[in-house]
Amino acid sequence: MVGLIIIIVVVVILVLIAIATYNGLVRIRTRVDNAWAQIDVQLKRRHDLIPNLIETVKGYAAHERETLDSVVQARNQAVSANSPEQQGQAENLLTQSLGKLFALAEAYPNLKANQNFLELQEELTATEDKVAYARQFYNDSVQSYNARIATIPAKFFAGPMGYKAREYFQTDAPEDRDVPKVQF
Amino acid sequence: MYEDIAQNKRRTWLLIGIFAVVVFGIAWLITFLLSFGIAGVVIAAVIAIVSSAVSYYNSDKVALAMSHAKPAPEQDYKRLHNLVEGLCIGAGIPKPRLYVIDDEAPNAFSTGRNPQHSAVAVTSGLLEKMNRVELEGVLAHELSHIRNYDILVSTLAVTMVGMVALMSDLFLRFTFWGGMSDRNDSNDSNPLGIVLVVFGFIAIIFAPLIAQLMQLAVSRQREYLADASGVQITRYPPGLVSALEKLKGDQTHVHFASKATAHMWIEEPLDVHQDRKRKFDELFMTHPPLDDRIARLEEM
Repeated sequence: MVGLIIIIVVVVILVLIAIATYNGLVRIRTRVDNAWAQIDVQLKRRHDLIPNLIETVKGYAAHERETLDSVVQARNQAVSANSPEQQGQAENLLTQSLGKLFALAEAYPNLKANQNFLELQEELTATEDKVAYARQFYNDSVQSYNARIATIPAKFFAGPMGYKAREYFQTDAPEDRDVPKVQF
Repeated sequence: MYEDIAQNKRRTWLLIGIFAVVVFGIAWLITFLLSFGIAGVVIAAVIAIVSSAVSYYNSDKVALAMSHAKPAPEQDYKRLHNLVEGLCIGAGIPKPRLYVIDDEAPNAFSTGRNPQHSAVAVTSGLLEKMNRVELEGVLAHELSHIRNYDILVSTLAVTMVGMVALMSDLFLRFTFWGGMSDRNDSNDSNPLGIVLVVFGFIAIIFAPLIAQLMQLAVSRQREYLADASGVQITRYPPGLVSALEKLKGDQTHVHFASKATAHMWIEEPLDVHQDRKRKFDELFMTHPPLDDRIARLEEM
């Protein structure tokens, strides 16, 4: 009789642990998916801001065709990219051409004083920050997810549930890795 | 750095545990000395639970109203909203409500009971005097208070300090105006009883002071912790360091800050000297010296 009670208690405890582990795994994986989607949300926002920016700049510096075109081109590439790798490259290109555009704005005092331009500049800076934060949060989430599925007890569930380790977001652009060269 | 955060968290919980023990000890002493029985403990517990519940749900509104904070509309405070949104994405918490306090002294605080019900208030002076990176450092510090549930911890600490003070006050009134005559008959003949009574009096007189010192210790630890985990969000210690340097150089003080809310701000809002040569003064400060906080950040 006592033996039976002990067995029942042990089984109940094991089942509770199993449920908690399963739920924990699902929750942490949802967080990873959500974190990944958040990056796309921020990138989309960035793409949506650029046509406005181009229109505003055109009003003051229409003859800077080359820079404007390169921004538009980079933006269109980023929008139509269909693999994460392609998208990473396109986004890097977009960041560079935007940097050029903002540097160019320094030469146009009227443009720099334009309220619309200032707001767009703030929005784009903020969106770039948000993209960076979203990637950081994605990587943080992946880190805890990967650690969870590799450790006991979640390790026993991850295999049968088909949960595999996720990849970190990495910047492939070599210029991001290298220490920038400063020349005087 | 992660170990630092874990250690600070442990210390905070340890202090709260000591708090709880002190509260129970005093409740027990009172009932023992007054031979009040179970009824006294029940009354005290009911009062404590009701007041805790009220402060749990309303502490943020009280703190915001006391500091004269007004909601910050998104169209007027674009940068503030953008920075907080970005940091919230990085920290994985919902965006708190944002408030602005019209005061030239640069300062900020956060309040609420959990990340879903939280608010961050900044002074207009902070928005004017800090650049983007510094403001981001300060906001990350405040969001860390929210993410680490410091905002709840500080509410509970305030409630517990209030309860200890209330109990010891009630007890002293009781014994001086009513209870004395009863005990003279029963305890005078028993030397152990007299010792306990004397000890009890001393403990109860000093309890509020001890409780407040503990509250301050919790608060100081929380500041280090929030600095560290704020930097964990921004991944950029120099931002917060330069913000703290600016706060150090600033001589203005927040108008609508009081002793009750002092521990919530990022920097001591009241006019106390930050002279760190005297160890004793440090016991009564709600915030660690800015120099110490900067030094810890620079080690990262």
